[in-house]
Amino acid sequence: MAARLTRYGLPAVLILVAFLFPLVEGYLETDLMYPIIIITIYVMLALGLNIVIGFAGLLDLGFVAFYALGAYVVGWFASSQFQQVTFSFGATTASLTGEPIPGIHISFWLLLVLAGAFTALCGVIIGAPTLRLRGDYLAIVTLGFGEIIPRFFQNGNNLAGFNLTNGTIGIKAIDSPGFPFLPDSMSALQRFGTLDLNPWYYTILVLVLITIYVNVRLRDSRLGRAWISVREDETAAAAMGINPVTTKLWAYALGAVFGGLAGAFYGAFIKNIFPDAFSFNISILILCMVILGGMGSIYGVILGAVLLQGVNFYLLPQMNEWVHSIGAAVGNQALSSVDLPRYNFFIFGVILVTMMLLRPEGIIPNRQRAEELHDHGPGSGDAMEGATRA
Amino acid sequence: MEAGEANKTRSGVLIDSIRTSSWQSRIAVVLVAVLLVLLLKQAAQDPGQFLSQLFIGLTNGAILALVALGYTLVYGIIELINFAHGDNFMIGSFVGLTVLSGTFAGLSLFGAITDDSGTFLKIIGVIITLFVAMSVCGLVNVGIERVAYKPLRNSPRLAVLITAIGMSFILQNVGLIWKGPAQVPFPQLISDEKVFGPGSILFRWNDLFVVGVTIPLLIALSYFIQRTKQGKAMRAVAQDKEAASMMGINVNRTISITFLLGGILAGASGVMYGLFNGITVFNVGFTQGLYAFTAAVLGGIGNLTGAVVGGLLIGIIGAMSDQYIGTRWTAIVIFAVLILVLVFRPRGLLGDRSAVQGGGE
Repeated sequence: MAARLTRYGLPAVLILVAFLFPLVEGYLETDLMYPIIIITIYVMLALGLNIVIGFAGLLDLGFVAFYALGAYVVGWFASSQFQQVTFSFGATTASLTGEPIPGIHISFWLLLVLAGAFTALCGVIIGAPTLRLRGDYLAIVTLGFGEIIPRFFQNGNNLAGFNLTNGTIGIKAIDSPGFPFLPDSMSALQRFGTLDLNPWYYTILVLVLITIYVNVRLRDSRLGRAWISVREDETAAAAMGINPVTTKLWAYALGAVFGGLAGAFYGAFIKNIFPDAFSFNISILILCMVILGGMGSIYGVILGAVLLQGVNFYLLPQMNEWVHSIGAAVGNQALSSVDLPRYNFFIFGVILVTMMLLRPEGIIPNRQRAEELHDHGPGSGDAMEGATRA
Repeated sequence: MEAGEANKTRSGVLIDSIRTSSWQSRIAVVLVAVLLVLLLKQAAQDPGQFLSQLFIGLTNGAILALVALGYTLVYGIIELINFAHGDNFMIGSFVGLTVLSGTFAGLSLFGAITDDSGTFLKIIGVIITLFVAMSVCGLVNVGIERVAYKPLRNSPRLAVLITAIGMSFILQNVGLIWKGPAQVPFPQLISDEKVFGPGSILFRWNDLFVVGVTIPLLIALSYFIQRTKQGKAMRAVAQDKEAASMMGINVNRTISITFLLGGILAGASGVMYGLFNGITVFNVGFTQGLYAFTAAVLGGIGNLTGAVVGGLLIGIIGAMSDQYIGTRWTAIVIFAVLILVLVFRPRGLLGDRSAVQGGGE
């Protein structure tokens, strides 16, 4: 009975809390909505990366590439980036004069699907030749792609005279999602605005719930078991008839899909995207969330994402103020003008090192993963392959 | 092997090897050939510019080679991509800058060495700077190994890699706190006037300086590894840790010494980078580190000669791409080289440890 309660009761309560949150927030007027939406985007990214790292045991250091690709898909097809073309389909923007607006404007909901498909395709293209590499080399290759794609966007304002990405300025004024066919009385849903953030919140919440559902179902599926076996011992898994490359490719592509979906939502939400927003640091931030929470553990990964973004949004600015007031009291110029949030990656670096040294399985560990990480016998045959194996 | 094979002419062997080569390598050879032809065409149009660019490439390549050696030494011995190595290089350039400025932690120890100082003072200053940076980086590298990598020696490989990434970010932020987010200028101690060369060919004093520091370091390293007892121990540990420890080799100390060597080279490289390019910045270690890692992989990771060859090649590729493709594409070109090499020839040009699972030794 207790097991059933934690299995179904806990998620039900958490989902209920998540759905009721905007009501509470609206009642208390705490201005929490914006950071909460960003945090939720990161929860989704972390869950996507969890498929790659937690389930399949592949270290992906370039996850930000898929995030960026998803955002740029929305940028390309829901803004006035391509002035040469005028095409509109289910878009929420309409010009005042009734003239069609230049650029491609496609409904966000279709683009969401397109972004998922596009990033999956990119995941397969990147993964197919690289996934036969050993773990640490694969990590570097993914890092290479994670670096190339934002740099390409940065330089893509003049590809043989064609402006694909608008360079460092990025793509501006991306259309809002919405349901333009609804009656005018429901204007908040017709076109998601910047004042009422609830529709945005529910959209990303639904996306996250889909991600969690897929995560859970994958973990318990035939494919999920194949991931575990490939992660633990690739050779033995191959001998049992599992194709390691296809299995890994699935993990890589599925992770990419969720990265792309989160990116697409981010692009529409933030409205202006530019290459600097997709740096290597983001990949490491997401990696840090997965490691802190617990590789392969869904609760853990969500907790990790919430904690780290909490550090970014609340703890550091708060500590900054404390340090400033201490500095002002002591009369120390350096202390009263220090900018702590700038050093957030110092904390993330420390988290990565200490977690790996002290508790590699994370705060809320996945039981199987924890045993793998603590099984130090030379014959453990971990997919990550212990360094001692001679 | 059949008896008839010995009688085959050299051209026959060549044709045979072409016949048995894979499509991948054939395409690669054609691509490289096309690139070389295009490059030579440019070179024929303006040989002066090409040669000057080649010298810049070689100098940058020498700086990269020293960093690449650090990656390759460590990978050769514990099979870890020491992600923090690039940031150690950055620390080296910052230490160099601090020594040259003469002030540390608010204490003015001696007057700053600037562009106007006398030649003798400059030479002594640069030598002391190099020495201090090398010692600091060597010790930092050993410290990192003790704190972050040693406890995880029997853990899965990726656990150590993640720790290395964490250390990289810690070092980067130390740099950020130390010198701030902006680029920091280096005093121009070594003149960038040309030493020799007819016409428009540029071979400058600072090119000569980099070459003059790199070559003795390489000779010393090679002597250490080939001729000394400790070097022999390093080679033994790289081959088989268990067997080496049974032979009475202190494995932990050997690994520490490897990290010390890597750090020393990174320190020298960091100072030279600063003096050569005139600037340094807290995140320079990330890109330079990746370039150097590319160099190590290109040459064949674990292979010391390979690291030097790879470093020079990457330096030249970077310089050529700066000149003929455009500076802003250089990073993309080099990362593309990294990916292509890892995917199609993970053993690198000279080959060593195989990166493909199940392959190699």
